Amino acid sequence: MSDIDYILRAGARAKGKRPDFLGDPSSERMLSILLAVVGEVSVLKERLDTVERLLDAEGTISRADIEKYRPDRDAAYERGLMTKEYVARIMRGVQQEMEAMQTDEKPVADISVDLRDN
Amino acid sequence: MKREDVPPPYTAVTRHDVFPTPTHDEAARFNFLTAFNKYLSGVIGPGNKLAYEKRVLPAFRAEHQRDPKDRFEIRHAMNKDPWHRFWSACKRNSMEMRQQNGRAMVLRQLDALDAKARQLNADRPTLQLDPSVATPRYQNAVDIHCMPGSYHGEERPGDVSAGANYDCGIFATTAGGLGALSDGGGQALVEWIKRERPGWTPQRILDVGCTIGHNIVPLALAFPDTEIIAIDTAAPVLRYGHARAQALGAKNLKFIQMNAEDLSRFPDGHFDWVQTTMFLHELSGKALPQIIREGVRVLAPGGLMLHLEQPQYSDEMPLYEQFIRDWDAFNNNEPFWSAMHAMDLKKILETAGLPRASQFVTGVRAVVDPAVFPIAASGEKEDHGRAAVWNAYGAWKPQS
Repeated sequence: MSDIDYILRAGARAKGKRPDFLGDPSSERMLSILLAVVGEVSVLKERLDTVERLLDAEGTISRADIEKYRPDRDAAYERGLMTKEYVARIMRGVQQEMEAMQTDEKPVADISVDLRDN
Repeated sequence: MKREDVPPPYTAVTRHDVFPTPTHDEAARFNFLTAFNKYLSGVIGPGNKLAYEKRVLPAFRAEHQRDPKDRFEIRHAMNKDPWHRFWSACKRNSMEMRQQNGRAMVLRQLDALDAKARQLNADRPTLQLDPSVATPRYQNAVDIHCMPGSYHGEERPGDVSAGANYDCGIFATTAGGLGALSDGGGQALVEWIKRERPGWTPQRILDVGCTIGHNIVPLALAFPDTEIIAIDTAAPVLRYGHARAQALGAKNLKFIQMNAEDLSRFPDGHFDWVQTTMFLHELSGKALPQIIREGVRVLAPGGLMLHLEQPQYSDEMPLYEQFIRDWDAFNNNEPFWSAMHAMDLKKILETAGLPRASQFVTGVRAVVDPAVFPIAASGEKEDHGRAAVWNAYGAWKPQS
């Protein structure tokens, strides 16, 4: 085994000042943590899918089976679709904000007044 | 839902002999990043243009009584827009996560990878490293595309970590658009030359800035009788690239550590093809023309010089498109990207000895197995900077 602390070194920082995207370091860190957790949930979902497929096919399972599992074309499509759907689900707020830019909407309170009076 | 709308799985990547072996979960991490990248560019990428047209541009016009005059003014204005900022933050994180996952996968098995590379590299005349080659400033001013250590970094002396990490993540960043060996660019070159010059067998090809050789191996395999030399300044990617080429059976391909600004090792007219693939944007304003000059010098009369790059900015390209194509320059550590894409490449080629009449520009799209891999999107949903759609800037050197 190499003497490199691969866990620490895997997350090494790239040289070059990181842009300020969100205007606040805490928000930057929160987003980094959130997206990492989002990624890990996706990994867990995929692993569970592997377990289910192996159980369906074999009725039994070992860790080695999970490690060597390679989806065929149909299974790969179904899993890819699952991940695509998962990404769309977690990004709903961003997608809806994009849609909102396409319209010029009044606050619902204004509509409420309008409906009350007309 | 069409099949091609769903990216291929990481398990579709070809595991050549020095490719790091992913665990189930490492592959799944790349699968997530692949889906996330596709979402960022394809689904919500158009939101950037929407934000620009609906509010950033109107606000700019109101403030300045005119339109933005260049891509930099658009960038400064867009960098104040909360939607674009959030999108950029997501994209930057995706790039950083790709690096962490690739490095974790490589570094935990570095002993095995180094051992395999040593075995494939030992005493081979086709790998020539030269420790006296300094890392150029344009290669170490920042870590290019947020790759910790860049191309020349080592976790321990003599390792292949930089090359292996580079190789294993291309699939995720391009959503599989470059194919099972991430060599869709090289495959495209083979297809292009066979169509352009059927029956031509070059005697010698020089690939400049080869990194891990993924774009030159297809040419080496397509022209087994051609002597091919691939150069780069970074030893770690050459060690990996040579081992990779050997593993893939490209034995007519020599990897040499060398700075292309000085090709004095080769006589005038030595090569009949001088190639770069997605390399020119990682140089500097002085190095680029110098490398072109040297490339033209070592190119034989009648020979081909070809540079595969993302499209150059021109007056015909809308400023917004220039701005979005510039994203990597400022957000993904590509500090020469913006300046390079605004250079007059035709003039540089002309000054170096390739007259306009000998030059051409052509579009090239990655060649992949369409049964498994997606055909790259272009246009509004394109993943700018990473799309497997390039322009080839080339010239056939005049005979006299």
